[in-house]
Amino acid sequence: MEHFFSLFVRSIFVDNMIFAFFLGMCSYLAVSKNVKTALGLGVAVTFVEIITLPVNYLLQTKVLGPDCLVPGVDLSFLSFILFIAVIAGIVQLVEMIVEKFSPALYNSLGIFLPLIAVNCAIMGASLFMQQRIGLDPSNTQAITNFGDAIAYALGSGIGWGLAIVCLAAIREKMAYSDVPKPLKGLGITFITVGLMAMAFMCFSGLTI
Amino acid sequence: MSLFSKKNKEVFTAPLGKNNPVTVQVLGICSALAVTAQLKPAIVMGLSVTIIVALSNLVISLLRNTIPNRVRIIIQLVVVAALVTIVSEVLKAFAYDVSVQLSVYIGLIITNCILMGRLEAFAMSNGPWESLLDGLGNGLGYAKILVIVAFLRELFGSGCLFGYRVIPQWCYDHGYLDNGLMLMPPMALIIVGCIIWWQRAHNKDLQEQ
Repeated sequence: MEHFFSLFVRSIFVDNMIFAFFLGMCSYLAVSKNVKTALGLGVAVTFVEIITLPVNYLLQTKVLGPDCLVPGVDLSFLSFILFIAVIAGIVQLVEMIVEKFSPALYNSLGIFLPLIAVNCAIMGASLFMQQRIGLDPSNTQAITNFGDAIAYALGSGIGWGLAIVCLAAIREKMAYSDVPKPLKGLGITFITVGLMAMAFMCFSGLTI
Repeated sequence: MSLFSKKNKEVFTAPLGKNNPVTVQVLGICSALAVTAQLKPAIVMGLSVTIIVALSNLVISLLRNTIPNRVRIIIQLVVVAALVTIVSEVLKAFAYDVSVQLSVYIGLIITNCILMGRLEAFAMSNGPWESLLDGLGNGLGYAKILVIVAFLRELFGSGCLFGYRVIPQWCYDHGYLDNGLMLMPPMALIIVGCIIWWQRAHNKDLQEQ
């Protein structure tokens, strides 16, 4: 249980998808213009993450890993194709659900909802999970069982959501400030994210 | 229709400058920031992406009339994932230490926005030869930014280029220090921000209102 919480907190603050690994930057920069849409996308990403990562975990440990399906055969080179197929399928499902139950959110997310399928944060979490399965159980980053996979999915999704909501809030305020012309828009956003990443670096010594 | 007409040249050169995938179209930022602490992995990453964009553009462009519209994203993903798997296995076989350094970012080429962006915006509606050129141009435009960022970060962060020391010892003796922050993730963002600043200061029409 202790490991569950430490993995969860660690993946929100220390191994934050945006600030430590830059994953999911494309939609992060494009959809962070107002807080409400940002929150919607954050929730959608967390949701997709919570479903895809455990599924991919089972796939990796029960089908793809060494000696799982056929003794002596290691199928992990197929993991890219299978992981992305799982993710694309589940995103299609989420898209249909959101369209049915919240058309307003569906419209404001626009093209970025289907693009969650190619959001690097989701695929990245699955690939990190694949790397972390083999780690020593005493390591706080290790993913040793199904529960850990859920903790990691939840943590990295919430961490991504937190980052996009923070940036959207800053950008809403920044609309009133006098930014040099060539830096306006994209340039200043990059520098803001850089400063936020520096702030998040102070979590890096955190141990629970 | 010659192979190197003016229009085709434009398709190839625009992404290198005025329509750069990273600084103008804002695609493929994730890996551009993450692998640029040193020059060597940055160059390997740039070349891998160039090869994959060019080939996937070519394949999708050849298939474009047979792909049903509804399932096109999944088909594009499968083509890209197959190419990435090949590149990843080749790197593991011939450049193992670089592939360890790049870790998950090789696999993440699948979800690199440049690929999906170019496939959707260009390859689905243009012929194979133009698509190949467009893929090469965009891949090299991406590689260019990677090399610039990695050059600055490695030079000022550790005083090396390609792992060889270039800042002489006497500088250190007179009190010069490497800027360790350059190797940290935040500086990658700030350097790319500054490159965008520089580019937009020189191209007024790229500025946002």
